[in-house]
Amino acid sequence: MIPPLITRRARELGLELIAITDHNSAENVEAVQLAAKGSGVAVLAGMEVQTREEAHIVCLFDTVAQVLAWQETVYASLPPLKNREEVFGAQFVVDETGDYRRTNERLLLASTALPVEEVVAGVGALGGLCIAAHVDRQAYSLLANLGFIPAGLALAAVEISRLTPPEEATVRYPQLRGWPLITSGDAHRLSEMRANMLVTCCQPSVSELQLAFRGEGGRKVKLFP
Amino acid sequence: MIVHDVIAALGLEVAAGADHLDNELTGGYASDLLSCVMAGAKAGNVWVTLQAHTNVIAVAELLGLGCVIITEGVRPGEETLSRANEKGVPTLLSKESTFAVVGKLWQLGIRSPK
Repeated sequence: MIPPLITRRARELGLELIAITDHNSAENVEAVQLAAKGSGVAVLAGMEVQTREEAHIVCLFDTVAQVLAWQETVYASLPPLKNREEVFGAQFVVDETGDYRRTNERLLLASTALPVEEVVAGVGALGGLCIAAHVDRQAYSLLANLGFIPAGLALAAVEISRLTPPEEATVRYPQLRGWPLITSGDAHRLSEMRANMLVTCCQPSVSELQLAFRGEGGRKVKLFP
Repeated sequence: MIVHDVIAALGLEVAAGADHLDNELTGGYASDLLSCVMAGAKAGNVWVTLQAHTNVIAVAELLGLGCVIITEGVRPGEETLSRANEKGVPTLLSKESTFAVVGKLWQLGIRSPK
Protein backbone atom coordinates (compact mmCIF):
# COMPACT_ATOMS: atom_id res chain seq x y z
CA MET A 1 0.00 0.00 0.00
CA ILE A 2 2.53 2.64 -1.03
CA PRO A 3 1.25 6.15 -1.82
CA PRO A 4 1.62 6.29 -5.64
CA LEU A 5 -0.01 2.88 -6.02
CA ILE A 6 -2.92 3.87 -3.77
CA THR A 7 -3.47 6.96 -5.90
CA ARG A 8 -3.22 4.99 -9.13
CA ARG A 9 -5.66 2.34 -7.95
CA ALA A 10 -8.08 5.02 -6.76
CA ARG A 11 -8.05 6.59 -10.23
CA GLU A 12 -8.57 3.21 -11.90
CA LEU A 13 -11.63 2.66 -9.71
CA GLY A 14 -12.94 6.16 -10.38
CA LEU A 15 -12.60 7.10 -6.71
CA GLU A 16 -12.55 10.85 -6.13
CA LEU A 17 -12.35 10.73 -2.35
CA ILE A 18 -10.41 8.37 -0.12
CA ALA A 19 -9.21 8.56 3.48
CA ILE A 20 -6.03 7.17 5.00
CA THR A 21 -6.92 5.61 8.35
CA ASP A 22 -4.02 3.64 9.76
CA HIS A 23 -4.47 1.91 13.08
CA ASN A 24 -3.76 4.30 15.98
CA SER A 25 -1.41 6.30 13.75
CA ALA A 26 -1.44 8.96 11.03
CA GLU A 27 2.21 9.17 10.05
CA ASN A 28 1.57 8.10 6.45
CA VAL A 29 -1.29 10.47 5.71
CA GLU A 30 0.74 13.36 4.33
CA ALA A 31 2.70 11.13 1.96
CA VAL A 32 -0.50 9.91 0.31
CA GLN A 33 -1.84 13.46 0.08
CA LEU A 34 1.37 14.55 -1.65
CA ALA A 35 1.27 11.56 -3.99
CA ALA A 36 -2.33 12.36 -4.92
CA LYS A 37 -1.68 16.02 -5.73
CA GLY A 38 -3.06 16.88 -9.15
CA SER A 39 -4.54 13.41 -9.63
CA GLY A 40 -8.15 14.36 -8.96
CA VAL A 41 -8.24 12.11 -5.91
CA ALA A 42 -8.90 13.93 -2.63
CA VAL A 43 -7.32 12.36 0.45
CA LEU A 44 -8.83 12.97 3.88
CA ALA A 45 -6.57 12.79 6.93
CA GLY A 46 -7.76 10.03 9.23
CA MET A 47 -7.05 7.31 11.73
CA GLU A 48 -8.74 4.16 12.97
CA VAL A 49 -8.55 4.39 16.74
CA GLN A 50 -8.95 1.38 18.99
CA THR A 51 -10.79 2.51 22.13
CA ARG A 52 -10.38 1.20 25.64
CA GLU A 53 -13.43 -1.00 25.01
CA GLU A 54 -11.57 -2.48 22.00
CA ALA A 55 -13.95 -0.88 19.52
CA HIS A 56 -12.69 0.64 16.28
CA ILE A 57 -13.62 4.26 15.58
CA VAL A 58 -12.64 5.88 12.28
CA CYS A 59 -11.72 9.55 12.72
CA LEU A 60 -11.60 11.94 9.77
CA PHE A 61 -10.11 15.43 9.65
CA ASP A 62 -9.65 18.13 7.03
CA THR A 63 -5.94 18.64 7.61
CA VAL A 64 -2.77 16.74 8.44
CA ALA A 65 -2.13 19.19 11.30
CA GLN A 66 -5.42 18.19 12.93
CA VAL A 67 -4.82 14.46 12.66
CA LEU A 68 -1.26 14.82 13.96
CA ALA A 69 -2.57 16.79 16.94
CA TRP A 70 -5.01 13.94 17.58
CA GLN A 71 -2.18 11.43 17.14
CA GLU A 72 -0.41 12.98 20.15
CA THR A 73 -3.39 12.12 22.34
CA VAL A 74 -3.53 8.60 20.92
CA TYR A 75 0.20 7.94 21.31
CA ALA A 76 0.05 9.16 24.93
CA SER A 77 -2.79 6.66 25.52
CA LEU A 78 -1.10 3.58 24.07
CA PRO A 79 0.63 1.05 26.32
CA PRO A 80 4.42 1.52 26.31
CA LEU A 81 5.04 -1.61 24.24
CA LYS A 82 7.22 -2.09 21.18
CA ASN A 83 6.02 -3.71 18.00
CA ARG A 84 7.36 -7.21 17.36
CA GLU A 85 7.97 -7.30 13.62
CA GLU A 86 8.30 -11.09 13.48
CA VAL A 87 4.77 -11.42 14.87
CA PHE A 88 2.85 -8.39 13.61
CA GLY A 89 4.91 -7.25 10.62
CA ALA A 90 6.90 -4.06 10.16
CA GLN A 91 5.29 -0.63 10.51
CA PHE A 92 6.96 1.59 7.92
CA VAL A 93 6.56 5.30 7.43
CA VAL A 94 7.17 6.16 3.77
CA ASP A 95 7.42 9.29 1.63
CA GLU A 96 5.21 10.24 -1.30
CA THR A 97 7.19 8.06 -3.69
CA GLY A 98 6.93 5.08 -1.37
CA ASP A 99 10.54 5.26 -0.21
CA TYR A 100 11.34 4.21 3.32
CA ARG A 101 11.63 7.04 5.84
CA ARG A 102 11.52 5.34 9.22
CA THR A 103 10.02 2.50 11.21
CA ASN A 104 7.27 3.17 13.72
CA GLU A 105 8.32 1.11 16.72
CA ARG A 106 5.19 1.55 18.83
CA LEU A 107 2.85 -1.40 19.16
CA LEU A 108 0.04 0.16 17.14
CA LEU A 109 -2.39 -2.73 17.27
CA ALA A 110 -3.06 -2.32 21.00
CA SER A 111 -6.08 -0.62 22.54
CA THR A 112 -5.65 2.97 23.67
CA ALA A 113 -6.73 3.81 27.21
CA LEU A 114 -9.34 6.20 25.76
CA PRO A 115 -13.02 5.40 26.38
CA VAL A 116 -15.13 5.76 23.24
CA GLU A 117 -16.73 8.93 24.63
CA GLU A 118 -13.29 10.55 24.99
CA VAL A 119 -12.34 9.61 21.44
CA VAL A 120 -15.50 11.15 20.01
CA ALA A 121 -15.18 14.28 22.17
CA GLY A 122 -11.45 14.71 21.47
CA VAL A 123 -11.81 14.30 17.71
CA GLY A 124 -14.79 16.65 17.66
CA ALA A 125 -12.89 19.29 19.63
CA LEU A 126 -10.20 19.26 16.92
CA GLY A 127 -12.79 19.66 14.16
CA GLY A 128 -12.96 16.03 13.06
CA LEU A 129 -15.76 13.49 12.78
CA CYS A 130 -16.10 9.93 14.06
CA ILE A 131 -17.57 6.82 12.46
CA ALA A 132 -18.10 3.58 14.36
CA ALA A 133 -16.30 1.08 12.11
CA HIS A 134 -17.64 -2.31 10.91
CA VAL A 135 -20.21 -2.54 13.68
CA ASP A 136 -21.57 -5.79 12.21
CA ARG A 137 -18.32 -7.66 12.77
CA GLN A 138 -17.62 -10.01 15.67
CA ALA A 139 -14.50 -8.23 16.80
CA TYR A 140 -13.39 -4.62 17.31
CA SER A 141 -16.99 -3.55 16.89
CA LEU A 142 -18.91 -1.07 19.03
CA LEU A 143 -22.03 -3.25 18.83
CA ALA A 144 -20.26 -6.53 19.66
CA ASN A 145 -18.23 -5.06 22.49
CA LEU A 146 -20.75 -2.68 24.06
CA GLY A 147 -24.00 -4.33 22.97
CA PHE A 148 -25.52 -1.12 21.64
CA ILE A 149 -24.39 2.39 20.77
CA PRO A 150 -24.01 4.40 23.99
CA ALA A 151 -26.74 7.02 24.33
CA GLY A 152 -25.77 10.50 23.19
CA LEU A 153 -22.57 9.47 21.41
CA ALA A 154 -21.87 12.12 18.75
CA LEU A 155 -21.01 9.79 15.87
CA ALA A 156 -21.30 11.18 12.35
CA ALA A 157 -22.18 7.74 11.00
CA VAL A 158 -22.04 4.01 11.57
CA GLU A 159 -20.22 1.81 9.07
CA ILE A 160 -21.37 -1.64 8.08
CA SER A 161 -19.05 -4.11 6.41
CA ARG A 162 -19.60 -6.27 3.36
CA LEU A 163 -21.08 -8.91 5.68
CA THR A 164 -24.34 -6.97 5.80
CA PRO A 165 -26.32 -5.72 2.81
CA PRO A 166 -27.26 -2.09 3.62
CA GLU A 167 -30.99 -2.75 3.31
CA GLU A 168 -30.76 -5.50 5.91
CA ALA A 169 -28.67 -3.60 8.43
CA THR A 170 -31.46 -2.36 10.70
CA VAL A 171 -33.31 -5.67 10.40
CA ARG A 172 -30.28 -7.59 11.68
CA TYR A 173 -29.24 -4.84 14.09
CA PRO A 174 -32.29 -2.92 15.33
CA GLN A 175 -29.91 -0.89 17.55
CA LEU A 176 -28.77 0.90 14.37
CA ARG A 177 -32.17 2.47 13.67
CA GLY A 178 -31.91 6.21 13.35
CA TRP A 179 -28.13 6.25 12.73
CA PRO A 180 -26.67 7.35 9.39
CA LEU A 181 -25.30 4.19 7.78
CA ILE A 182 -22.31 4.11 5.46
CA THR A 183 -20.09 1.51 3.82
CA SER A 184 -16.38 1.79 3.13
CA GLY A 185 -13.58 -0.14 1.54
CA ASP A 186 -11.73 -0.80 4.81
CA ALA A 187 -8.98 -1.79 2.37
CA HIS A 188 -5.78 -3.18 3.84
CA ARG A 189 -4.46 -4.08 0.37
CA LEU A 190 -4.71 -2.48 -3.06
CA SER A 191 -6.83 -5.40 -4.21
CA GLU A 192 -9.38 -4.61 -1.52
CA MET A 193 -9.96 -1.03 -2.61
CA ARG A 194 -13.38 -0.49 -4.14
CA ALA A 195 -15.94 2.15 -4.97
CA ASN A 196 -18.97 1.48 -2.83
CA MET A 197 -20.37 4.79 -1.69
CA LEU A 198 -21.41 7.78 -3.76
CA VAL A 199 -21.34 11.01 -1.78
CA THR A 200 -23.11 14.05 -3.18
CA CYS A 201 -21.65 17.17 -1.60
CA CYS A 202 -19.96 20.49 -2.46
CA GLN A 203 -16.41 19.60 -1.48
CA PRO A 204 -14.48 16.79 0.19
CA SER A 205 -14.55 18.16 3.72
CA VAL A 206 -15.56 16.98 7.17
CA SER A 207 -18.47 19.42 7.41
CA GLU A 208 -19.81 18.43 3.99
CA LEU A 209 -19.52 14.73 4.83
CA GLN A 210 -21.45 15.30 8.06
CA LEU A 211 -24.26 16.89 6.06
CA ALA A 212 -24.17 14.12 3.47
CA PHE A 213 -24.30 11.35 6.10
CA ARG A 214 -27.38 12.98 7.62
CA GLY A 215 -28.88 13.69 4.19
CA GLU A 216 -29.19 17.38 4.90
CA GLY A 217 -28.96 20.48 2.69
CA GLY A 218 -29.22 18.49 -0.54
CA ARG A 219 -26.15 16.42 0.37
CA LYS A 220 -26.56 12.67 0.44
CA VAL A 221 -24.91 9.28 0.25
CA LYS A 222 -25.82 6.30 -1.87
CA LEU A 223 -24.53 2.87 -0.85
CA PHE A 224 -23.73 0.14 -3.34
CA PRO A 225 -24.04 -3.43 -2.08
CA MET B 1 -25.60 -17.42 48.18
CA ILE B 2 -25.97 -13.64 48.16
CA VAL B 3 -23.72 -10.86 46.80
CA HIS B 4 -22.41 -10.11 50.27
CA ASP B 5 -21.03 -13.67 50.62
CA VAL B 6 -19.01 -13.21 47.42
CA ILE B 7 -17.66 -9.84 48.55
CA ALA B 8 -16.50 -11.36 51.83
CA ALA B 9 -14.95 -14.47 50.24
CA LEU B 10 -13.09 -12.62 47.47
CA GLY B 11 -12.26 -9.41 49.35
CA LEU B 12 -13.96 -7.20 46.74
CA GLU B 13 -14.37 -3.44 46.89
CA VAL B 14 -17.96 -2.22 46.65
CA ALA B 15 -17.89 0.68 44.18
CA ALA B 16 -21.65 1.12 43.74
CA GLY B 17 -25.03 -0.47 44.44
CA ALA B 18 -24.32 -1.04 48.13
CA ASP B 19 -28.06 -1.14 48.89
CA HIS B 20 -28.51 -4.37 46.95
CA LEU B 21 -25.89 -6.69 48.44
CA ASP B 22 -28.57 -9.16 49.52
CA ASN B 23 -29.34 -10.10 45.89
CA GLU B 24 -29.53 -13.88 45.58
CA LEU B 25 -27.01 -15.26 43.02
CA THR B 26 -28.27 -17.85 40.53
CA GLY B 27 -25.04 -18.57 38.61
CA GLY B 28 -22.15 -16.83 36.87
CA TYR B 29 -21.10 -15.55 33.47
CA ALA B 30 -17.82 -14.10 32.19
CA SER B 31 -17.28 -12.14 28.96
CA ASP B 32 -16.05 -8.75 27.82
CA LEU B 33 -18.32 -8.68 24.79
CA LEU B 34 -21.58 -7.15 25.95
CA SER B 35 -23.40 -8.59 22.97
CA CYS B 36 -22.51 -12.10 24.24
CA VAL B 37 -23.55 -11.25 27.79
CA MET B 38 -26.93 -10.04 26.55
CA ALA B 39 -27.43 -13.41 24.88
CA GLY B 40 -25.89 -15.69 27.51
CA ALA B 41 -26.21 -14.36 31.06
CA LYS B 42 -29.35 -14.99 33.10
CA ALA B 43 -31.23 -13.04 35.77
CA GLY B 44 -29.50 -13.16 39.13
CA ASN B 45 -26.08 -14.10 37.68
CA VAL B 46 -22.79 -12.61 38.79
CA TRP B 47 -21.06 -11.17 35.69
CA VAL B 48 -17.26 -10.96 35.60
CA THR B 49 -15.68 -8.55 33.08
CA LEU B 50 -12.96 -5.97 32.66
CA GLN B 51 -15.22 -3.61 30.71
CA ALA B 52 -16.17 -0.59 32.79
CA HIS B 53 -18.32 1.33 30.32
CA THR B 54 -21.74 2.63 31.39
CA ASN B 55 -23.31 0.13 28.99
CA VAL B 56 -22.19 -2.57 31.46
CA ILE B 57 -24.70 -1.23 33.96
CA ALA B 58 -27.40 -0.95 31.31
CA VAL B 59 -26.90 -4.62 30.35
CA ALA B 60 -26.87 -5.71 34.02
CA GLU B 61 -30.11 -3.84 34.60
CA LEU B 62 -31.69 -5.17 31.42
CA LEU B 63 -30.99 -8.78 32.43
CA GLY B 64 -31.60 -8.31 36.16
CA LEU B 65 -28.11 -9.56 37.03
CA GLY B 66 -27.22 -10.07 40.69
CA CYS B 67 -23.97 -8.11 40.54
CA VAL B 68 -21.04 -7.15 38.30
CA ILE B 69 -17.40 -7.78 39.18
CA ILE B 70 -14.93 -5.56 37.27
CA THR B 71 -11.48 -7.13 37.23
CA GLU B 72 -7.80 -6.28 36.67
CA GLY B 73 -7.99 -3.18 38.87
CA VAL B 74 -10.00 -1.24 36.27
CA ARG B 75 -11.84 1.68 37.89
CA PRO B 76 -15.14 2.67 36.30
CA GLY B 77 -15.79 6.36 35.68
CA GLU B 78 -18.20 8.50 37.68
CA GLU B 79 -20.96 8.10 35.12
CA THR B 80 -20.83 4.32 35.33
CA LEU B 81 -20.88 4.36 39.13
CA SER B 82 -23.69 6.89 39.44
CA ARG B 83 -25.75 4.89 36.96
CA ALA B 84 -25.05 1.72 38.97
CA ASN B 85 -26.21 3.44 42.17
CA GLU B 86 -29.27 4.81 40.43
CA LYS B 87 -30.23 1.40 38.98
CA GLY B 88 -29.24 -0.54 42.08
CA VAL B 89 -26.61 -2.73 40.41
CA PRO B 90 -23.94 -3.93 42.88
CA THR B 91 -20.66 -3.04 41.17
CA LEU B 92 -17.67 -4.74 42.74
CA LEU B 93 -13.99 -4.29 41.98
CA SER B 94 -11.15 -6.79 42.02
CA LYS B 95 -7.46 -6.33 41.31
CA GLU B 96 -7.25 -9.93 40.13
CA SER B 97 -7.74 -11.25 36.61
CA THR B 98 -11.06 -12.53 35.33
CA PHE B 99 -9.58 -16.04 35.31
CA ALA B 100 -8.67 -15.88 39.00
CA VAL B 101 -12.01 -14.37 40.02
CA VAL B 102 -14.02 -16.97 38.10
CA GLY B 103 -11.93 -19.75 39.67
CA LYS B 104 -12.77 -18.50 43.14
CA LEU B 105 -16.46 -18.14 42.30
CA TRP B 106 -16.48 -21.72 41.07
CA GLN B 107 -14.89 -22.85 44.35
CA LEU B 108 -17.74 -21.10 46.18
CA GLY B 109 -20.16 -23.31 44.24
CA ILE B 110 -21.30 -20.78 41.64
CA ARG B 111 -21.92 -22.43 38.24
CA SER B 112 -22.79 -21.49 34.67
CA PRO B 113 -26.42 -20.62 33.95
CA LYS B 114 -28.45 -23.60 32.72
